[in-house]
Amino acid sequence: MYEALSSFAQTGGLVYFVLMFLAALAYALWPNNQETFDRAANSPLEDKGPSND
Amino acid sequence: MMTPNSIASNSSRGSIATVSVAVAIFGVLSLIIAGRTIDHAMSIQAMTFIALVTAFLVGTGMWAGNLLDRNPFDETKYEDTLVKYGVFASMFWGIAGLLVGVVIALQLTFPNIFYFPEWGWTNFGRLRPLHTSAVIFAFGGNVLLATSFYVVQRTCRTRIAGGMWPWFVFWGYQFFIVLAATGYLLGVTQSKEYAEPEWYVDLWLTIVWVAYLLVFLGTLWKRKEPHIYVANWFYLSFIVTIAMLHIVNNLSVPVSWTGTKSVQVFAGVQDAMTQWWYGHNAVGFFLTTGFLAIMYYFIPKRVNRPVYSYRLSIVHFWSLIFIYIWAGPHHLHYTALPQWAQTLGMTFSIMLWMPSWGGMINGVMTLSGAWDKLRTDPVVRMMVVSLAFYGMATFEGPLMSVRAVNSLSHYTEWGIGHVHSGALGWVGYISFGALYCLVPWLYKKKALYSKSLVEWHFWISTIGILFYMISMWFAGIMEGLMWRAYNEYGFLEYSFVETVEAKHISYMIRALGGLLYFSGALIMAYNLVRSAMGHGAAEPIDAKPDPYATPEPRATLVPAE
Repeated sequence: MYEALSSFAQTGGLVYFVLMFLAALAYALWPNNQETFDRAANSPLEDKGPSND
Repeated sequence: MMTPNSIASNSSRGSIATVSVAVAIFGVLSLIIAGRTIDHAMSIQAMTFIALVTAFLVGTGMWAGNLLDRNPFDETKYEDTLVKYGVFASMFWGIAGLLVGVVIALQLTFPNIFYFPEWGWTNFGRLRPLHTSAVIFAFGGNVLLATSFYVVQRTCRTRIAGGMWPWFVFWGYQFFIVLAATGYLLGVTQSKEYAEPEWYVDLWLTIVWVAYLLVFLGTLWKRKEPHIYVANWFYLSFIVTIAMLHIVNNLSVPVSWTGTKSVQVFAGVQDAMTQWWYGHNAVGFFLTTGFLAIMYYFIPKRVNRPVYSYRLSIVHFWSLIFIYIWAGPHHLHYTALPQWAQTLGMTFSIMLWMPSWGGMINGVMTLSGAWDKLRTDPVVRMMVVSLAFYGMATFEGPLMSVRAVNSLSHYTEWGIGHVHSGALGWVGYISFGALYCLVPWLYKKKALYSKSLVEWHFWISTIGILFYMISMWFAGIMEGLMWRAYNEYGFLEYSFVETVEAKHISYMIRALGGLLYFSGALIMAYNLVRSAMGHGAAEPIDAKPDPYATPEPRATLVPAE
């Protein structure tokens, strides 16, 4: 039981983490997201008080 | 006429009653405990809590007296009063925690002078958790509460959600600090490092923390910006993970409902693993992701430039949180923990170096094109130096997590030095930078009371940190080598007390470093109070320029004839 669990944690964990990292990388580097990210990066600088519309 | 705004504020007004009833219920519970307990420490703790709850209810009642005439939860304004409270609470607890740190450094250096057998509560064993909890949870926690409330409102362009509940989070958290701190002095502890408070304080903190999570999520829910700014991701990971760590590591069964003692659910190596999973992620998610959120908002805002790379910030966030959570086992090298789990902790600690430095580079490079601010603005310099210390501590940490290095560094002063370069350099400086930004912004002032006092603070504290770190490197590596030294007959070369004696000079330098750092914090507190009062250069932001400040050029005076 212990052997099975620990070997699953060691191999399955590796695959899971590599996939998660690739997903994060794809989201961050996806060309279509550039505009969203540019707007988000500038949003704290354009704060003019609470928006109520 | 009922506008959506007035409906919202009516339900917000209702939250005043809900919070008051919830707090009152806990007041009654502690009244019952106070009446039935035979545990002296529990009776003091319960009475303290009753006093705090009474003050809270009376204060709320007085404040809510004329609510019909005004709207305390005006949706067209940000909630800034709460952030102001948080700023001054941070300052207060910071000074208290640093002072206790100086005291225990002196106790270690001059035990004959600073050991008071007739006052048991001043013993090092009781003051040490007081110091760590005060600086990490009281100072750091209040900085995180204040800045997260400030940042989430501004990046979501909406007032904080929950009406009275954010105030419950703030005051509830202060009650937690008071109960934990007075408990330590009374000798109440469950003996888990950084998780010393007993079961009833843990339960109270759980309630406060869940309210914090809901307030934060509620604010994100009603945001007016389509994208959730990266700082909020970091704050959210801090709030969620601390909730998880706190609950799992504090699973315990009270011996009695009216007593302070409890029994841990886990035992042996499972308990050790849970404890260091908690302990290391308290560093990771309390002292790192929360303060990285501060970096991602305050540095861009202060230098008025967007963050260097938003894409890097996303990769930074996901890789940091996914790797950090596995690094805990490096605290358990050469223990009963399975070897593969130790190696896993070590490997993840080394991998952690990359996202840490990615984040540091992202913060520092935000200054590109505005490097002159390092010279002209001491607040920016403080925040950038905090990133330098962050980079150094996150390089040193992976190094120390390597099993062979750990065999020398573990249990020595090197660990203390490492923790303090991160705590004083990174967490302290990014917090001080944020406080120096917040006071003029919140009180609508053009500048701080005195810029040169910030310079004094910066240099005095920086010298203090260097004294601290370097003396602890010396002491740690020296005692590590002395512990493992054998003579030609195979016996240990040094007795334990010889290794303690050898550290005396390092201890003196460390106490001096701590005293310098503490003095810097006093200078900051003075400067911030004077700034809030509008003295010196802290003129109101809408004040007209003083016509007499700069004399108008006049025609050259002609000598009287």
